[in-house]
Amino acid sequence: MRIELVRRPQHSALFSALSPFIALLLTLIAGAILFSILGKNPFAALYSYFIEPLTEIWSIHELLIKAAPLILIAVGLSVCFLSNNWNIGAEGQFIAGGIAGSILPIVFPDFQGWYVLPIMLLLGMAGGAAYATIPALLKVRFNTNEILTSLMLVYVAQLFLDWLVRGPWRNPQGYNFPETIQFNASAILPEIWTESGRAHWGFILALIAALAVWFTLSRTLSGFEIKVFGRSARAGRFAGFSAGRLTFFAFLISGALAGLAGIAEVSGAVGQLRTSISPGYGFTAIIVAFLGRLNPLGIVAAGLVLALTYLGGEAAQISLGISEKSARIFQGIMLFFILASDTLIYYRIRIVSRLGDTAAKGA
Amino acid sequence: MTMFEAILLTIATAATPLLIAALGELVVERSGVLNLGVEGMMIMGAVSGFAAAQMTGSAWLGLLAAVLAGAAFSLLFGFLTLTLATNQVATGLALTLLGLGASAMIGESFVGLPGIRMQSLYIQGLTDIPYVGKFLFGQDPIFYLSIFLTAAVAWFLFKTRAGLTLRSVGDNHTSAHALGVPVIRIRYLAVLFGGACAGLAGAQLSLVYVPQWVENMSSGRGWIALALVVFASWRPWRILAGAYLFGAVTIGQLHAQALGIGVPSQLMSALPYLATIIVLVLISRNKRLTLMNTPTSLGKAFVPDR
Repeated sequence: MRIELVRRPQHSALFSALSPFIALLLTLIAGAILFSILGKNPFAALYSYFIEPLTEIWSIHELLIKAAPLILIAVGLSVCFLSNNWNIGAEGQFIAGGIAGSILPIVFPDFQGWYVLPIMLLLGMAGGAAYATIPALLKVRFNTNEILTSLMLVYVAQLFLDWLVRGPWRNPQGYNFPETIQFNASAILPEIWTESGRAHWGFILALIAALAVWFTLSRTLSGFEIKVFGRSARAGRFAGFSAGRLTFFAFLISGALAGLAGIAEVSGAVGQLRTSISPGYGFTAIIVAFLGRLNPLGIVAAGLVLALTYLGGEAAQISLGISEKSARIFQGIMLFFILASDTLIYYRIRIVSRLGDTAAKGA
Repeated sequence: MTMFEAILLTIATAATPLLIAALGELVVERSGVLNLGVEGMMIMGAVSGFAAAQMTGSAWLGLLAAVLAGAAFSLLFGFLTLTLATNQVATGLALTLLGLGASAMIGESFVGLPGIRMQSLYIQGLTDIPYVGKFLFGQDPIFYLSIFLTAAVAWFLFKTRAGLTLRSVGDNHTSAHALGVPVIRIRYLAVLFGGACAGLAGAQLSLVYVPQWVENMSSGRGWIALALVVFASWRPWRILAGAYLFGAVTIGQLHAQALGIGVPSQLMSALPYLATIIVLVLISRNKRLTLMNTPTSLGKAFVPDR
């Protein structure tokens, strides 16, 4: 028996819409099997993973806190991935943004006022964008593979943050803990509805970014350029678009948004810098981008789903004693199913038996 | 043992996992497939090797388990990219993300346990030769395997008919298919070999390098191995040179940290990553050289139009 792909004359609109849902369903089934193997009741496990976090209002706030960076980063990544620029160093750009945005409240803590926060956010975006310029520059100028350079820079950013927080930026009154001083009140991103939970304006920023990028992609010439290059670089060059300029554009946007996510997380959720400020948001956002089918509005929904896996992991650990690391397995499996389901958009799948008689399957 | 000898030995230990993983990826890429999941397969090898050695008490069984785990894990990648023609870059990333997550969960109960170290060779007389005795005749079996693999891959790719076929698949899968070469099957075999090598490299980490299990212990070595393949312009012996160069950088920065030369330790730890970037830039600057050596079909999905 053999699986054969038959190219569809046109890509299937039906499966374009369905594939994220097929992937989610398959992920749930795989999760149920995984939990059964671990000797847990799969229904109880899936309940505490995907339903329990949604039953209380404070927990929905936590969901928005985790979704904000994922959406911000993934929206930026969609611009990169659509134009065939493989920026996988968003984790590093997130850290760079977190550091750059923290300069003001850490180095000049006496500097206070309404203008502090906007400056911090801008510096965060600038930091992330500047860091993303490195792989873009190396790609355009020296033809260097951006996948490897952007990823290597993640390790460099992590080590730089570690050095800052243990060295020059360590809180002198902090009993030698590797932490900076707490930000003053004017450097804290405010909460949205203080009465019911901790969710901060980062989520609103994420929604604005998603709308802005959606508009750019679907309604402007730059958006058209990006998509043309993604489909065929040759066609893009014939149309007179500059590949180099586009690479810079994509990296700058995604770097700036990752940087904004970084400073929003530091200022809204943490309130100081620590040696580690991200549970891998920059990498999980890659999954978010694909689950959202590289569409900024789809990414908002996908960000909420992936944020749920983080909360679900914690909930399952507390209520069932399943390691919270199971969340990362969920996330990884999900990306596999997303990619596999996307095959249905472009191909029919035929199961061919050895004897030569064929049985067609799929629409 | 002299200082010189000790440094030589540690460089070899640091270089070996890079060498093995890069050799595997070299064969994969020569067949036209880009598998960015090396880091994931490596860490799965590391955790499986450690776990199997713990449970059986035998480092050799650990090594076997690591190779099998790496190969099995690569099959997941193969099924998606080769049978379902998914995007190779994204699928490779998925493999790495899943590997890092799965290994963290599998390894949770092994954290902090003392590991089982693979025994080093000792030959009376030969191992005691000053300066080079221990380097040549006193290392662990995986070191010798890595050198053998380099020679074997070089011989296979450039001196055998099967190697020529594999390279033809990587350079032009359409023509190879038209000539009746089973493109997909050859790529599956190459991907499996790459997975087995990455698993073996992982076993070296958890059974020789630091015989214990630490989450994320591959710390980017899979990615450095990918960079080495580019650095070596897809040639096995150059991978050996590159791996030892990186081993030297890694060990050099460790010694510099130990001496306390007043440079922040984090900067020293960042050196292997920075060196990777610099080396990639130097190599890829020469566009003609890169174009000449890169397998032409690299990263492109193949779906036969019957």
